[in-house]
Amino acid sequence: MVGVFGDIPWAVVLILLPLTGGMICFLWPGMAKLAGAVTAIAVSLSVAGLGCQLLAHGVYHHAVGGWGAPLGIDLTADGLSLLMLATTALVGLGITVYSLAYFHGEDMVRFWPLWLFLLAALNALFLAADIFNLYVTLELIGLAAVALAAMPGGRDALSGAMRYLLTTLLGSLAYLFGVALLYHGFGSADIAILAVRVESSAVVWAALGLMGAGLLLKTALFPLHFWLPPAHASAPAPVSALLSALVVKASFYILLRLWLTIFNSLAGEVDELFGLLGAAAIIWGSIQALRQPRLKLLVAYSTVAQIGYLFIAFPLAAGAAASVWGATAYLAISHALAKAAMFLAAGNLLHFGGHDRIIDMDRVVQRLPLTAGAFALAGVSIMGLPPSGGFIGKWLLLEAAVIQGRWDLAAVMILGGLLAAAYVFKVLGYAFTAASVSHEPQFVSARMEWSALLLASGAILLGFLAPSVLSLVDIGSPFGIMEVRP
Amino acid sequence: MNLDPWVPILVIASSLLPGLIIFSLAENSVRLRTGLNLTGALLNLVLVGWMLWGVYLGHRYEARLALLPDLELVLLADTLSLLFITLSAVLWLVTTVYAIGYLKGSPHRSRFFGFFSLCVTSTAGVSLAGNLITFLLFYELLTLATYPLIMHHGTEVARRAGRSYLVYTIFGGALLLLGTVWLYTLTGTLEFTPRGLLNGMGEEHRPALRAIFALLIAGLGVKAALVPLHGWLPQAMVAPAPVSALLHAVAVVKAGAFGIVRIVYEVFGVEFAAGLGVTAPLAWLAATTIIYGSLRALFQDDLKRMLAFSTVSQVSYITLGVAIVGPVATIGGMVHLVHQGFMKITLFLCAGNLAETLGVHKISEMNGVGRRMPWTMAAFTVGAFGMIGAPPVAGFISKWYLGLGALEAGQGWVIFVLAGSSLLTASYFLPVLHAVWFREPPVCWPKEHHFGLRETAWALLLPPLATAVMALGAGLLAAMPFSPLNWAKLIAAREFYLP
Amino acid sequence: MNTAFFYALVGVGLFFLGLYALIVHAHLLRKILALNVMGCGVFLVLVALARRTGEAQPDAVPHAMVITGIVVAFSATALALTLMVKLTAATGRAELQSDERDPH
Repeated sequence: MVGVFGDIPWAVVLILLPLTGGMICFLWPGMAKLAGAVTAIAVSLSVAGLGCQLLAHGVYHHAVGGWGAPLGIDLTADGLSLLMLATTALVGLGITVYSLAYFHGEDMVRFWPLWLFLLAALNALFLAADIFNLYVTLELIGLAAVALAAMPGGRDALSGAMRYLLTTLLGSLAYLFGVALLYHGFGSADIAILAVRVESSAVVWAALGLMGAGLLLKTALFPLHFWLPPAHASAPAPVSALLSALVVKASFYILLRLWLTIFNSLAGEVDELFGLLGAAAIIWGSIQALRQPRLKLLVAYSTVAQIGYLFIAFPLAAGAAASVWGATAYLAISHALAKAAMFLAAGNLLHFGGHDRIIDMDRVVQRLPLTAGAFALAGVSIMGLPPSGGFIGKWLLLEAAVIQGRWDLAAVMILGGLLAAAYVFKVLGYAFTAASVSHEPQFVSARMEWSALLLASGAILLGFLAPSVLSLVDIGSPFGIMEVRP
Repeated sequence: MNLDPWVPILVIASSLLPGLIIFSLAENSVRLRTGLNLTGALLNLVLVGWMLWGVYLGHRYEARLALLPDLELVLLADTLSLLFITLSAVLWLVTTVYAIGYLKGSPHRSRFFGFFSLCVTSTAGVSLAGNLITFLLFYELLTLATYPLIMHHGTEVARRAGRSYLVYTIFGGALLLLGTVWLYTLTGTLEFTPRGLLNGMGEEHRPALRAIFALLIAGLGVKAALVPLHGWLPQAMVAPAPVSALLHAVAVVKAGAFGIVRIVYEVFGVEFAAGLGVTAPLAWLAATTIIYGSLRALFQDDLKRMLAFSTVSQVSYITLGVAIVGPVATIGGMVHLVHQGFMKITLFLCAGNLAETLGVHKISEMNGVGRRMPWTMAAFTVGAFGMIGAPPVAGFISKWYLGLGALEAGQGWVIFVLAGSSLLTASYFLPVLHAVWFREPPVCWPKEHHFGLRETAWALLLPPLATAVMALGAGLLAAMPFSPLNWAKLIAAREFYLP
Repeated sequence: MNTAFFYALVGVGLFFLGLYALIVHAHLLRKILALNVMGCGVFLVLVALARRTGEAQPDAVPHAMVITGIVVAFSATALALTLMVKLTAATGRAELQSDERDPH
């Protein structure tokens, strides 16, 4: 087995497969569903193949076309890349199954090519080895995501997508400016080379500022989150799931990478600022989520809040890098699974009832029990209750915060969990009412219910897989050397 | 192959799997659901019985699963966990039979029994937890599994009760989490250890440890209904009768009380905790709760609400026994964990029978009900006498040991609390009993159902009779081996105090 | 001050000019143009700084980057214009509404 499959350049396959699949969907719309399903499965298998390679040989490098840096394009994968790829593949698979039942007619023709192009761009981003390729992939993701968000075509969706597009272009340009400065200063765009060469200087600080700002904008960290709720809430359910679960994580991944390598040695005060903004995001996003009258907006604001947790790690990382970054990665993937499930569940409710007003969610538990279950399980992970992936991440971050005496951050994390419980149960509470049926319900296919439930169960299951996942992430020590517990 | 680690896992599975399957059953597949429920409950009872015997002989049933690189989930059967899990296994079977009868023909039974089984799973997990993180996991699961049960009717009142329950318990859970994390950063381990794991902690940690103790007790105190964290409990009585019974006798309030026992004895160690000066405030808090609950119960007209305040009062006997530092009082507290369970479940099941059979919900409607439903009311009377602490019902044993223990520990004030509370308990139960047996019944009951010659359906009548017999038996046969009392003595000797 | 540095400064100037325009103008076409101006600024910086001090031949890599960047900017602009046209058709105005949406 390993002999035959061991030599396949899985990284290249991971990019070419969805690209080809997208082309096929575009050229022969009749085959779109088949091509989409086959591609999603094949991508998952390829990630597994890449995982085997990583386990056997450690960090993976591939020089595309044999050119090598600086002119060629290098692909590389360590544990962190693998984790993100695997999450993308899994969440993508769930959303693919859901979309098979969700989209029909014209929508179907539009959705499949765009989704597969997005998948290709995501995979390429997680495999990119230099900061310029990161820019290109980031831009590709942005364009595909905007096109997806604009799909429903109504006023809300179009203006949400437009705002999203302007924001994402602005973010990418700021990032590209930073790339130009770094390249000028150190003569390379390769992350590994830059990590060695970069030292504190005005150019580097300017680059850090530009790239940081651009990526924060794309990651929608408070107060740069203004574009996210309208774009995520007005898109079709599977697209909202993709945007919230995966697309936001892509820019965060770049930020994390840059911080772990290039800006590793400098960013003391910036870390504090990130922590502060993260804390503000948790509180503000949760409160906004609680105030929303519509379910999809609630879930979108919950994303704003959950992004805050990812940034809580920055000020803590100085003390215990490996476990804190591990926790952050864990939170990111748990959130990806849980939030995808939540949006899909919200999509089911919207489809079923024809509206997503929370106050009219009468008797959903009885009528769509699987969907309500999916929402509840995803909610458990979002709240950070055990057993769930969200709990593991939160536990590790809390531990670091308490050890370092950062009671402020600990308090914010606890408070965020309480607020999350408030908005999750606000929805579930309405689902238990004994009100009578007030409308003609639409049929929701079993695939749509089960895909949401399985993704949510994945977020719960992550609560039991921490030791193996964390050791997998550590391939190639992306977070630096594991420190010993005091 | 060593099968021992699998036993606790099977215990968890014996209620978890039926629960998950029941969720997926159609509403009308009554037979299959009943079969699954009873099979699970019986299997659970057999497995627990097996462990009981094994642990008595000195076996160790322990299963571990890595949760984090240096933190494990631990299921462990020791004498203390068996005290609680035996209670829950026995009462689960009884309540399941009762619930099947009680909910006959009502809607959403698959959902109900699914969460009911999850609730029992969490209780089993709470009792078998071998370290604080495992405890926390099942403790939170219990919150989540109970919430839909409280909201079961879906009325506005039920939803408000559910919301109130969540606000209290989620907040408590957050405090517990913070305390647990903090403790872990100081000790690096969360394993429950006989006589505590903090021995040898330096002077400099004392303020932090006091704060951790406060956080943990506050987190557990919510479920144990310690004043002022008890507000959710009287509201939660809108739930269906079997849920109230389970909530008050085993699942929720006992999980809190059991957690307090674990924290004081097996995390802090009772002598260490006394040295920290944290047990005395806890004892005062428990005493306040006991008196407060009794006082409030005195002024209720709604039967279930009165019983709920009675629970507030009675559960704190356990905490009181824990906080009076000394082996005899500990035995009193431990044994009350079981005794209160038998007595309170009897009372709630009887209240459910009155509501289901006659539509009687209020104490003022209970005149002469003993003539219409003599068996039910006989069971009720046994439970009520037990609560008052009259011999030979089990409650007497608990109070006797608590009182002796207080004297032994030089804390005479506790006697006054016990006496005062008994007096109050008598003054809210005796008038009820008098009305039940000696007043004239009304011409017609609020909403009567007829069951032929019997006073009510078998499934509703037998469970409270069984638990009443248990409450009597635990008192009369306290000297027999494997009685709750002797098991509590075994716990105190093995786990809590140096011989 | 050599020419390359001058061009680079002009590039920086364009970037911020575009940013200013992006923020203050409400009309979407202006916003899209502003983004293009910003992009040109960045490309100018890249090209200008490609000739590193003391080397006869300019570095080819930034040039390759600029060409890639132009392709990306081209497609982004196309998408933006399409969206703008559709939005104008749907709302009658080539502007973004404020965040407060009326419930309907």
